[in-house]
Amino acid sequence: MEIFWYIAIAVVLAMFFVLDGYDFGAGIIHLFCAKKEKDKEVITKSAGLFWDSNEVWLVAAGGMLFMAFPTFYASAFSGFYLPLIIVLWLIIFRAIGLELRGQFKYQMWKDIWDKSFGISSLLLALFFGIGLGNLVRGVNLGGVIDGTSTYEGHFFFLPLWNNSFSPLSDAPGVIDWFTIIIGLIAVVTLAIHGANWIILKTNASINHKLKALVFRLNIALTALTILSLVVWQSINPNCFDNFGKNPILLFFPLLYITALVGLFFTKKLKKDVYAFGLSTLIILGGITSTLASLFPVLLPSKNTIHPDLTIYNMAADSYGLSVALSWGILGFILVVVYGIIQKRLRAGKIDDMEYGH
Amino acid sequence: MEDMLFYDRLQFAFTITFHYIFPQLTMGLSLLIVFFKWKFLRSKIEKYNDAAKFFMKIFAINFTMGVVTGIPMEFQFGTNWAKFSELTGSIIGQTLAIEGLFSFFLESSFLALFIFGEKLMGQKLHFLTGFLVFLGSWASGYFILATNAWMQHPVGYEILDNGKFVLENFSALFTNPWLLPAFLHNQMASLVTSSFVVASIGAFYILREKNLEHGKLFLKTGIIFGLAASLLVAFPTGDWNAKNVAKYQPASFAAMEGIFETEEAGAEIVLIGQPNMLEKKLDNKIAVPNILSFLTYQEWDRQIPGMDQFKKEELPDNVPALYYSYHIMVGLGTIFIGIMAFAVFFLWRKKLFKIKPLLWTIMVLAPFPYIANITGWYVAELGRQPYLVYGLLRTSEGISPTVSSGNTLFTLLGFVGLYLILGLLFLILVGKTVHEGPTPKQH
Ligand code: HDD
Ligand code: HEM
Ligand code: HEM
Repeated sequence: MEIFWYIAIAVVLAMFFVLDGYDFGAGIIHLFCAKKEKDKEVITKSAGLFWDSNEVWLVAAGGMLFMAFPTFYASAFSGFYLPLIIVLWLIIFRAIGLELRGQFKYQMWKDIWDKSFGISSLLLALFFGIGLGNLVRGVNLGGVIDGTSTYEGHFFFLPLWNNSFSPLSDAPGVIDWFTIIIGLIAVVTLAIHGANWIILKTNASINHKLKALVFRLNIALTALTILSLVVWQSINPNCFDNFGKNPILLFFPLLYITALVGLFFTKKLKKDVYAFGLSTLIILGGITSTLASLFPVLLPSKNTIHPDLTIYNMAADSYGLSVALSWGILGFILVVVYGIIQKRLRAGKIDDMEYGH
Repeated sequence: MEDMLFYDRLQFAFTITFHYIFPQLTMGLSLLIVFFKWKFLRSKIEKYNDAAKFFMKIFAINFTMGVVTGIPMEFQFGTNWAKFSELTGSIIGQTLAIEGLFSFFLESSFLALFIFGEKLMGQKLHFLTGFLVFLGSWASGYFILATNAWMQHPVGYEILDNGKFVLENFSALFTNPWLLPAFLHNQMASLVTSSFVVASIGAFYILREKNLEHGKLFLKTGIIFGLAASLLVAFPTGDWNAKNVAKYQPASFAAMEGIFETEEAGAEIVLIGQPNMLEKKLDNKIAVPNILSFLTYQEWDRQIPGMDQFKKEELPDNVPALYYSYHIMVGLGTIFIGIMAFAVFFLWRKKLFKIKPLLWTIMVLAPFPYIANITGWYVAELGRQPYLVYGLLRTSEGISPTVSSGNTLFTLLGFVGLYLILGLLFLILVGKTVHEGPTPKQH
């Protein structure tokens, strides 16, 4: 039962990153590449029409996590208090930028909303990556100082950073040089994904340039991925054990690698949708590989006093989990149906559609 | 520890108060939009369709605000109320997750289709998407109230040795005797808000002498729905809620009614008076004897326990705020019925559109249902104190053990600043939409 809910939440969260990922990415591209007013407009629109239905996935993932792993929800959300609240603020800034751009005539205001959309998208991507980095690296559970705990064993609190910025310290902060690497991976991945989305959904004049950009970003992504794996191995020498025990799991990293390699050939791909599909697979592959290597751990402990948080010691009671199964399945079916209806009604390029403000 | 609790509560109260400005409009407005769209389908008169589309624009602005201020609410259960989430998550996680998975998806999927898809879909389907938006928003209200009802009156649970609450009976969450009255009252109250807003915009157009035809439609619809909803909010739903509080939370009932001392036979109803917590009495009291007993139990001399019957640890910790909130809500509710009855009367006599003072009153009335709604929630939430889960888990036991008061104050200040900007932008946007009117020129 725990495993079922773990997978379900992973799927919903992955959906969130794939869907909202492209509008984060569109924001990043918008910030750095869009120069002409026409392009800026259509790029904001390609994100603006979709972000709120995409963000529902985050709400759903949050609700499901709360229901299935309440103890984890409690300890992780209070432990990562500051970064989470900052993420909330960024989400609000981004929404302001996206929603208000079309509302005011004057260029002066448009520039402000553009910046608020672009910069908060960039920072959100960075923070999501950093968050993933933290889950991988682990935290000082129980707030152990010199062998004594400050809190109950499953609670902790992380400052944004500590003086050493090192993932190897006993009580690392949220931001250290390892989590920054993961943060950059997220930024680059989502930028690629966003660029592919723009190419797919718009007739922006920069589309052909974006294809070249995807190629270059892909090189960066490959380099960062290799770097992160080396560092991870040095932080946690056992991090790949799961794959040894259970070679089937190797499917996930293979997915990632195949998609990564595939994207080098974007220019040759017949349809833009293939490129978008590949960057989707990169995101899915990346998330699933990480989860596969951690499983069943949700958050590793940095000390030897308190055990890791796992799906077994964090889960809700079994009766609750099993009734939730019945409504959960119904909910998923409905969500898929809504999704299909939506997609069908909004197929095609944004600027060709009659659909819009 | 004390100040950790204080800032956590302050932040929650501030962010939820701000959040609730938006859903109370959207829930009621979605019903009115469905009504306008339905009238259009029946009559094919264009102004009804204009009305539906115009209010959907206002709905959309509110919806966006509801989404961006709602996500912090969900997060705060974990960030600021970690102990509460850990202990009760197996239960309230159910209703919150159902809300996320069913209602929000429904609402957000079909909202965009309604706004942008009219040309693609044809009128019948367009009506259907509007109806689904309505369904989604009422369903989210239902599930959030189911969550709250469990906190007010816990049912279907079992407490383990480690203090955790686990679910014993899923359906009990939805047959909770607290839930239905609270839900109906809350939905009628949000219908009050939205019909007053619709009427207010109508009165504004008539006074400004522009968009007259639409203005009259808005005003008429607004006051008719407004009168019906104001009546329903007081009776039966408000009354029913009051009986529930008297039954399940007698200590908060005593506090919100301002009964300091138990009377031998038959409790009086307080109309005016200021709670004096030092001398434990009401100053400048005006009260009518025996009415409260009658209203609550239909028995003139039934005894109702006053605050003297409860230990200090059982009483709400802010009696004056609770008492005022309750009296403001009920007072406003009574005034609403009066004004709307007047307006409907003159509508029936076909004089309404000419009586300027009445039009002005209706126009400036729009903010007051917001006050009634927010104070109503203060009654519910302050009345639940000092418990998070009534009678079982104290508020002080629910906060995050690791988040220091300095950090909470920091984020609270951040929310205050950000919401100030957000509130201003919201007002500008709504003002702009109202100004453009229901039939803006195509650009
Ligand atoms: C337009 C808004 C509005 C108006 C005019 C009223 N209410 Fe109300 N009331 C609410 C809006 C509201 C609310 C915000 O919607 C609450 C908060 C919790 C809930 O379910 O509804 C509420 C709660 C609430 C409660 C429950 C408090 C608790 O849970 O502890 C009672 C006893 C009443 N109301 C009673 C009344 C009565 C007797 C009214 C007579 C006129 C009345 N309300 C008018
Ligand atoms: C829009 C309606 C609501 C308003 C205006 C509101 C208002 C408040 C206020 C003023 C407080 C602080 C009370 C105090 O600390 O003395 C509070 C606390 C709280 N409310 Fe609500 N509330 C609303 C709806 C809800 C709902 C629907 C839930 C549950 C799903 C909820 C859960 C809580 C929790 C967990 C706290 C924190 C603990 C506490 O201080 O009691 N609230 N709310
Ligand atoms: C502690 C209390 C609350 C929490 C945790 C909460 C949570 C949320 C969240 C996460 C959203 C955004 C959903 C999306 O992405 O579509 C939202 C919006 C919404 N909330 Fe709340 N909410 C609370 C109080 C309330 C109350 C008391 C009501 C009304 C009964 C309410 C009704 C709504 C509605 C109808 C929406 C949809 C957006 C809209 O129509 O404006 N919420 N809420």
